[in-house]
Amino acid sequence: MALYSEKVMDHFRNPRNVGVIGDANGIGEVGNAKCGDIMKMYLKIENDIVEDVKFETFGCGSAIASSSMATEMIKGKPLSEAMQLTNKAVAEALDGLPDYKMHCSVLAEEAIRNAIDDYYKKKEQNENA
Amino acid sequence: MIYADNAATTKMSNEAVRVMVSVMEETYGNPSSLYSIGQRAKEVLEQARADVASVIGAEAKEITFTSGGSEADNQAIRSAALLGAAKGKKHIISSAFEHHAVLHTLNKLAGEGFEVTLLPVHENGIVVPKEVEEAIREDTCLVTIMFANNEIGTIQPIREIGSICRSKGVLFHTDAVQAVGHLPINVTEDNIDLLSASGHKFHGPKGVGFLYARKGVRLSSLIEGGAQERSKRAGTENVPGIAAMAAALKESAASMEKASAVTKARRDRLIAGLSEIPHAALNGDPDRRLPGNVSFCFEGIEGESLLLLLDDKGIMASSGSACTSGSLDPSHVLLAIGRVHDVAHGSLRLTINEETSDADIESIITAVKEVVSYLRGFSPVWRDLTEGKAKHIL
Repeated sequence: MALYSEKVMDHFRNPRNVGVIGDANGIGEVGNAKCGDIMKMYLKIENDIVEDVKFETFGCGSAIASSSMATEMIKGKPLSEAMQLTNKAVAEALDGLPDYKMHCSVLAEEAIRNAIDDYYKKKEQNENA
Repeated sequence: MIYADNAATTKMSNEAVRVMVSVMEETYGNPSSLYSIGQRAKEVLEQARADVASVIGAEAKEITFTSGGSEADNQAIRSAALLGAAKGKKHIISSAFEHHAVLHTLNKLAGEGFEVTLLPVHENGIVVPKEVEEAIREDTCLVTIMFANNEIGTIQPIREIGSICRSKGVLFHTDAVQAVGHLPINVTEDNIDLLSASGHKFHGPKGVGFLYARKGVRLSSLIEGGAQERSKRAGTENVPGIAAMAAALKESAASMEKASAVTKARRDRLIAGLSEIPHAALNGDPDRRLPGNVSFCFEGIEGESLLLLLDDKGIMASSGSACTSGSLDPSHVLLAIGRVHDVAHGSLRLTINEETSDADIESIITAVKEVVSYLRGFSPVWRDLTEGKAKHIL
C-alpha cells in the first residue's frame, strides 16, 4: 500500500488555493519550523462568508494536502460553518491519513481557527476605534 | 527512472542473482548434513567465507555470517562489552552520528551499567583521532566508530583510530556497512578488531551480512541453538544469500578502483550543480566522503515534499527530515554536524553509483532545482527569509 491515498497525492501535487491574499482580514499561522510544519492561512471574510481563502505551507506531503483540502472545505461557506471544521473531517475528506500524520490535519484545523480568531479580533479593534 | 538511493539498498548484480538461484536449485542441502548435497552446500559456504575474508584482508575463520549489518553491530558490541565487563572495564567510546544499530545497542548497555562517551563529529562530519585518544580511560573496553557515515558519507580516519586503540589495548569495532565494497579496506593495515558489513549495500542480497572478528577476540552468540558458525551464530546458514553476497563482494572489489573514479567525478558534478541553488549547503566534508554520496540541506523547504515530487519526476532519493522518520526530530546525523532543526528538515540525500549516467546527473540537478524553487514558492518560512523577517542560516 502506498503511504498516502490518491486524494492526498492529488491535493499535494495540485494544491488548491495556494498563495497569499493581499487584503486578507484574517490571518492565522500555526506550527514551527523546528517541528517541520508551518501553516499560514489567509481569509477574506465578507458578510460573515468566507469569500476567499489561501494558504502557504512549509511541511510534508500530508501537511500540504491537509491545507489544500481545508481551504476547499471552507471556501464560500458561512463563517459559522468554517468554525466547525474539524481535523477529522479534513482527514476523512482526504480518504484518511497515516496515524503519525494526523497532526497535519490538526494544524489545518488550528490554522483556520486562528485566522478566524484574528478576523474577530481585528473586527473588534475596528469597532472600538 | 533514476535510482539514487544506493545507500539505502542496491540492486543485486546479475552475477549475485545467478549464484543465488544456482545455489537454491542445485546446492539446497543443509551444510550440517553428512550426505553429498549437504557437504556441497558446506563447500559453497566455506568458499564464500574465504572469498569475503580475502577482500578485507582477513582469514576465513575470522568471518561469521549474520543476517545483516544490524545483527553484526549488535553482536560485535555485545561481545566486546562482555569481554570488558569480565575485566571490570565498562566504558565504551563511540560517536554521535553512528547508525541506530550501534547507538541503540549502546543505550541498552548504558542501562546495564556501562558508561558511554559519544564523541563529537564536528561540522565536517569527521571524528578527530586525538579526541579518541583523550577519551580513552583505564576502564575503556571498546571504541566503535563507523567507517563511513550512512547519511552524509563522510569517511572516518579508521586507520589512525585503530592504531590508537591498538597501542592502548582497547578493542576497536567499525560499522563498515557503507564502506565495504566501496572503499579499500584491509583489517590488518587498518588496525581493526571487529568489523560489520551488509550484503545488500554492495549489490548482494538483503538479509545477509558478516562480522569480522580478529583471531583471539571472542564473540558471544546472540542466538542460541545449534553449533553453526563455530557456535557463534545458531541457525541453519543462509547459503544462497551468503554465496550471492560473496559473489557481489568479489565483483565490487574487482571493479572498485574504476567505479570509484567514475562515480566520484559524477558526484562532484552533482554537488557543483546543486550548489547553484541559493541558500543550500552540502552536508559533510566535500572530499573525505563516499564516492557516491551527495547530501544537501535547503532552507525554507521540508524534505518529504521534496522526495515525493522528485519521485513524480522519476528520481528516487531520501531525506533525514522528521516526516520521513515518523518522529518530530530530524536526523541525529544532521543535528550532530550542527545543522539546526529548521534546516535539517530540508535535507536531501542522493546516493549514486557507477551506473548513474552523466545525463542522469543533469536530470537530477534540473529536477531538484525545479522542485526546491516550487516548494519555496508557497513556503511561509521562505517568505519570512526573503522578506527579512528571519535570518538566513545557509
